[in-house]
Amino acid sequence: MTLTSPTLAVARNTFREAVRDRVLYNLVAFAVILIASAVLFGQISIGIQKIILINLGLSSISVFGLLISIFLGIGLVYKEVDKRSLYALLSKPVRRSQFLIGKFLGLNLTLLVNTFFMSAGLWAALYYLTRGFEHGDRYIFVAIYFILLELSLVTAVCLFFSCFSTPVLSAIFTFLLYVIGTFSSDIRAFGELTKSAPMKVLSTALYYLLPNFSDFQIAGWVSHGRPVAGSLILLNTMYTICYGAVLLIASIVVFSRKDLK
Amino acid sequence: MAAIEISGLTKDYQSGFWRKRSWRALDGLTLNVEQGEVLGFLGHNGAGKTTTLKLLTGLIFPTAGTATILGKPLGQPETFRHLGFLPENPYFYDYLTAQELLDYFAQFFPMTAADRVRRRDAVLESVGLVEFRHLPLRKFSKGMLQRLGIAQAILHQPGGGLLAEPMSGLDPTGRREVRDLIVQLKKEGRTVFFSTHILSDAEALCDRVAVLYRGRLVGAGRISDLVIPSLGREPHLEAIVECTPDCARALLGAVLLLSTKPAILSGGQYRIDISERDLPKLLGHCQKEGLRLVSLNPVHPSLEEYFAELSAVAASRASGPSGGRSQP
Repeated sequence: MTLTSPTLAVARNTFREAVRDRVLYNLVAFAVILIASAVLFGQISIGIQKIILINLGLSSISVFGLLISIFLGIGLVYKEVDKRSLYALLSKPVRRSQFLIGKFLGLNLTLLVNTFFMSAGLWAALYYLTRGFEHGDRYIFVAIYFILLELSLVTAVCLFFSCFSTPVLSAIFTFLLYVIGTFSSDIRAFGELTKSAPMKVLSTALYYLLPNFSDFQIAGWVSHGRPVAGSLILLNTMYTICYGAVLLIASIVVFSRKDLK
Repeated sequence: MAAIEISGLTKDYQSGFWRKRSWRALDGLTLNVEQGEVLGFLGHNGAGKTTTLKLLTGLIFPTAGTATILGKPLGQPETFRHLGFLPENPYFYDYLTAQELLDYFAQFFPMTAADRVRRRDAVLESVGLVEFRHLPLRKFSKGMLQRLGIAQAILHQPGGGLLAEPMSGLDPTGRREVRDLIVQLKKEGRTVFFSTHILSDAEALCDRVAVLYRGRLVGAGRISDLVIPSLGREPHLEAIVECTPDCARALLGAVLLLSTKPAILSGGQYRIDISERDLPKLLGHCQKEGLRLVSLNPVHPSLEEYFAELSAVAASRASGPSGGRSQP
């Protein structure tokens, strides 16, 4: 008897849905073209071609990954409820939690594959420019790994909003949280500098409550060939797992009580 | 043990910006569906049929009351190993083909890979979609989606099926095929609980029917038990009499006066509906010159009449002092 895990079956189908979405290919193609064009930018930036290429390449992967995760993430649950395709699925031996986790894993797999292709574009452009790789280039892998962690968190945020909100509102909420999270370290610094006790408490609470994306952005750092500390890799990984798990549990709690009218 | 036991099932919906307004979609439904029984769930649009099916499948949660399916409480995914569900106006992933969709759904059941393929092919065959198996669902017509909906509901050979409007969107051939399919399920001893407002389907297929009106159960039972006593009127007969050219006009007038409905003239024959107690009078007239009794048949009240009568009674009660759909 070969009973596939319902979660894995949903994840595979989510990936298949994304693969068959033509908009996705446009985004990936556009990102690859942008990375390739970084070679041209590099050539007009005397002496810093490689730095420009790595910065622009990693930023492209991050921005287009963000667009894909938000674009697909906001409809993960809402679209299934709105189109009622979920009715037939949930009348199979599938728990709502398995459905949600499957959706989350499926989108993460999609982002992994997309990031792989965009990263291949970056490495190809880098090889074209430098005709070889240096020892410090390996930290680009770490930057790409951090982008994947960041996108995974964004997906979890999208999934959470998708459980109770419309796609447009989910997109706005997720994007705002991403922007705030990018300046997370500034919120903390503001709390440390202010003399107002309530503001200090508020900014500290916000710092811990809101997702922190600032520690994932190391493009500028690795473009200069600087090493990334192992502790940062571990902390960012643990942070993504913990924060992502909290968001997933919150999504499951909300969605398990939702009437699918 | 009944296949489906429903006790006092109630569902209130909240509406309005602050969700303060509440209205009752289903009001204390109590109903049992026995093993191997085909039960038709009748009611106007908005009567609460879909709400009941959604409650039974765990898509929405009851405000009050309980129900068990095959002995298990609502909301247990394991129940669906033995139960199939056809949603109303089914919609499936339009980027998949019929074959891919059934392959996807089959993964949720404990079947070997070979069994999955065998069952997929068998249900595609039984709903007449074999030649469209590789067509993307976005190109399917409403009727084809309905057939696919039935296919996915019986994919795992469930002991029971909840079918929401199974004949909706189907052409006459498709309707007959679905009817045959339900008859086949019944022959195999499976329980079928289906909602419909096509009363002829219910008459043709159901062992029992349950009638909902504005969220309340207003009648349930075998069709033969329900329709005749409920109408509370004396038996009627349909007579066809032929009038020859030498028939006296007064005689024809006397016969037509017996009819409780306007007589229908076709090919020189009159079709009339008479009360059974007027039969001796009719027979008396027909013994006279110029009139011939062609046929005489008892009139069976239809489920449609029963349904109309129940709805009228329920509507008159609802328009009384307590008024309309109940507010929780």
